[in-house]
Amino acid sequence: MIRLTVNGQAHELDVPSYRTLLDCLRYDLGLTGSKEGCGVGVCGACTVLLDGKMISSCIALAVFADGREVTTVEGLAEDERLHPVQQAFMDAGGFQCGICTPGQVVAAKALLDAIPHPSEAEIKEWMLGNLCRCTGYYKIVESIQAAAGQARA
Amino acid sequence: MADAVATTQELRIVGQPIQRHDARDKVAAAMAYAGDFALPGMLHAFVLRSPYPSARIVKLDTQRAAAMPGVAVVLTARDVPKNTLSTDVPGQTTTVGPLRATLHVLAEDRVRHQGEPVALIAAETLEQARAATEAVDVEYAPLPSVFTTADALAPGAPAVHESGNLLAQWRIARGDVAAGFARAAVVVEGEYVTQFVDAAYLEPESGVAWIDSDGVITIRLSTQVIEHFRDVAEVLNVPQNRVRVIGTYLGGGFGGKEDVTVEVYLGLLALKTGRPVKMVWTRQESLLARAKRHPYRLKYRTGALATGEIVAQEIDLLADSGAYAYLSALVLLYSTVTAAGPYRAPNVSVVARVAYTNNPPTSAMRGFGAMQTVFGYESQMDRVARALGIDPVRVRAVNTLRRGDSLPVGQVMETHVAIPELARRAWAALGTPAAPRAPHVKVGRGLACNLQPYGRIVWLHDWSSAWIGFEMDGSLVVRCGAPDVGGGQASSLCQIASEVLGVPLDRIVVHVSDSALTPLSGTTTASRQLYMSGNAVLKAARELRAQLLTVAARLLDTDAEKLEMIDGAVHAPDARTLSLRSLLVECARASVPRSHLGVYHAPAGEPVDLNAGAGKVFPDYTFGAHAAEVEVDTETGEVRVLKYAAAHDVGRAINPQSVEGQIQGGAVQGLGYGLMEDVVVEDGINLTTSFATYLIPTAADVPDVEAIVVESGEGLGPFNARGIGEPPIGPPAAAVANAIEDATGARMTRLPITAERVARALGLVTE
Ligand code: FES
Ligand code: FES
Repeated sequence: MIRLTVNGQAHELDVPSYRTLLDCLRYDLGLTGSKEGCGVGVCGACTVLLDGKMISSCIALAVFADGREVTTVEGLAEDERLHPVQQAFMDAGGFQCGICTPGQVVAAKALLDAIPHPSEAEIKEWMLGNLCRCTGYYKIVESIQAAAGQARA
Repeated sequence: MADAVATTQELRIVGQPIQRHDARDKVAAAMAYAGDFALPGMLHAFVLRSPYPSARIVKLDTQRAAAMPGVAVVLTARDVPKNTLSTDVPGQTTTVGPLRATLHVLAEDRVRHQGEPVALIAAETLEQARAATEAVDVEYAPLPSVFTTADALAPGAPAVHESGNLLAQWRIARGDVAAGFARAAVVVEGEYVTQFVDAAYLEPESGVAWIDSDGVITIRLSTQVIEHFRDVAEVLNVPQNRVRVIGTYLGGGFGGKEDVTVEVYLGLLALKTGRPVKMVWTRQESLLARAKRHPYRLKYRTGALATGEIVAQEIDLLADSGAYAYLSALVLLYSTVTAAGPYRAPNVSVVARVAYTNNPPTSAMRGFGAMQTVFGYESQMDRVARALGIDPVRVRAVNTLRRGDSLPVGQVMETHVAIPELARRAWAALGTPAAPRAPHVKVGRGLACNLQPYGRIVWLHDWSSAWIGFEMDGSLVVRCGAPDVGGGQASSLCQIASEVLGVPLDRIVVHVSDSALTPLSGTTTASRQLYMSGNAVLKAARELRAQLLTVAARLLDTDAEKLEMIDGAVHAPDARTLSLRSLLVECARASVPRSHLGVYHAPAGEPVDLNAGAGKVFPDYTFGAHAAEVEVDTETGEVRVLKYAAAHDVGRAINPQSVEGQIQGGAVQGLGYGLMEDVVVEDGINLTTSFATYLIPTAADVPDVEAIVVESGEGLGPFNARGIGEPPIGPPAAAVANAIEDATGARMTRLPITAERVARALGLVTE
């Protein structure tokens, strides 16, 4: 039995010890916003925050989140209001197919929490664990800059 | 031309960087992708695949697996009603083609590549299905095999198929090649080698199937081709109208979801168990099982006059189809037609062949055979320029096809070829050259242009249809079978309808990609969807508008031609307006339909005899020019792209934000192809079946791609748009190779251009 808080809501769950946090979120809690792109911790599609820190939920076990707080992409918007990072991705067109987008916005939120005004190099460095096959990253970087209140250099 | 699609009117919605209707769902993670869907009582399914690249199946016993806990069914070839799947020419056409390409749904007595499907398992849980897969008792006896195209075509080679290893060949000959070479001031010879790569969309193949309450086998999956419902029906041996495919918004396709993926397996399992079934491939399975881009060996011999004018081209292409045909013959046709590039080639011969091997199968991928050839013809063009001391922009301008000129295949160019302007602008966008960071770092620049067909081969008689209808409150519904692969296909259809009918975008809902409920519109492949379905929507909207305005003209007592539809109302020249709602009520009263089905037929033609070399193959082409500035570390061979500009003539940009996104994303995929991506296959075994080993570009690997959007107004699509889905992936590899030669003098002829290969070319490493 594990106890964890997901997006502010407390859960008690019986999960097998081998269950990944990603599968727990998707299958046990029905939170399908986090995606599985690789299953080995390199694509970032499954990015969530654990006690505010960015992790790949596909390589974390659910039991590891026992007693801790998880924020998923579903927890970013408040009521109907999108998180500023989500709004920026929407305005700047920082997505195409959108499958990587949940991971991108969670990682970008973590970036701006850590470095409110990142340089372009800092953005690219931070985001290199979040693959995108569609956009070529240009508009993703632009979205993050917009969310940080910057125009692209 | 089949249908008039041109327009001269002023545009309000088309051409604006509007926010796509799917934007909010995507950033809020509210979009239900294929793998996010679940049904009560659903089974989980797995495919058992061959570990051998070439083997006889000596024993296949499923008893033990079937008796495992939670297992609902284990299927082998014997259980498949019709075990043959056709894999050529998917979509709106079912006949015509150079040959019938087929494969077995599940292997019978023999496997021909690693990863070939052998059995299907469905169980209550994922873990149980996986365990049962391992419990299937199967014994293989390895058979002789062949892993290179050269070996495959050598006399006495083990036959991958009884028909022999030469799958297809095309030949073109025009003019007098020998006489051309005799006149040439310079002759450049090159041999180029390209690799296997993977589409590597972030969303692996996935779907859910169930038998709906009407008895129809319904499959909801991520696919570029909902028309595969017909192939599923054929395999299940049920009437075609008993299978329905619902296509989800895709998490990327890039050609990799053009062939059948999970739908046949899901259909079979749902039919056999009567229960809902889900199948989601892992990344490992996707990298192992899905068809790759064809590796090519390209030989070029090019002769040019001192002015740079090319007077002779001798081209020999050899591609690896892997173990099955899939779309290889057509991929090779694209290569044959584009082999000489967007340039005049009065004396040319092209010999193109594709061979079977026991490697992973190859099939459609963004660029579709028109991509590998860019690396050949643009490397050659650069060498010609260098040999003659001519500027890279000028040598291309000298040779560019003009309207009225013809391609080697004899197709006459009917639209503007913007290569000179595109090349000039891309080159200029590089700005002032960067100064090398250190003495051992060299900086150089390269240019590469391309042409990419959009729309399907004219003898496939392609068509698309779309339905548009008003609700009584004046809101609008668009129905169109087109799958949205992520490029904003559906949203562009809304823009077109909004433009013509004056309905605000937030009052339009679009339903796409459902073989039962949306009019069929063919594949989202071949850069055809905006062109084809955009035209179908445009036709439907214009005819619906005409219907409504006849009624409005009566109410307003004026001529229909004088009326405008803007912002949900009809406007008369004297400023009187009529609300859509009143107009629709009047239509209902007068029995005038409030909807219309539009069908667009692309220009069609008869198959051309390539040997005779005269005829039209594709409706039209999109042109591009990319320029790269790179730095090369001459101590390590490492290459970094510093600046990158990509210019394309898109005819008209329906949504400039989407067009830029396509160009930037395509260019980066092309850079991945040029510099890093490599499916490593050794003796038929794929060694790169994880994203930890199959590397694609990250944010930190790529430069900012400056997208230069040129609008010539010359395309065949709605509002004169051209297709832009595939074109941007073509030029990057050649642009980078040309820049590396500019920087270092080393000519890279093998992809990907890794640091190790550059180091070898620079003589830093010896055997
Ligand atoms: S799915 Fe977790 S990092 Fe790729
Ligand atoms: S938007 Fe498709 S993978 Fe990023």
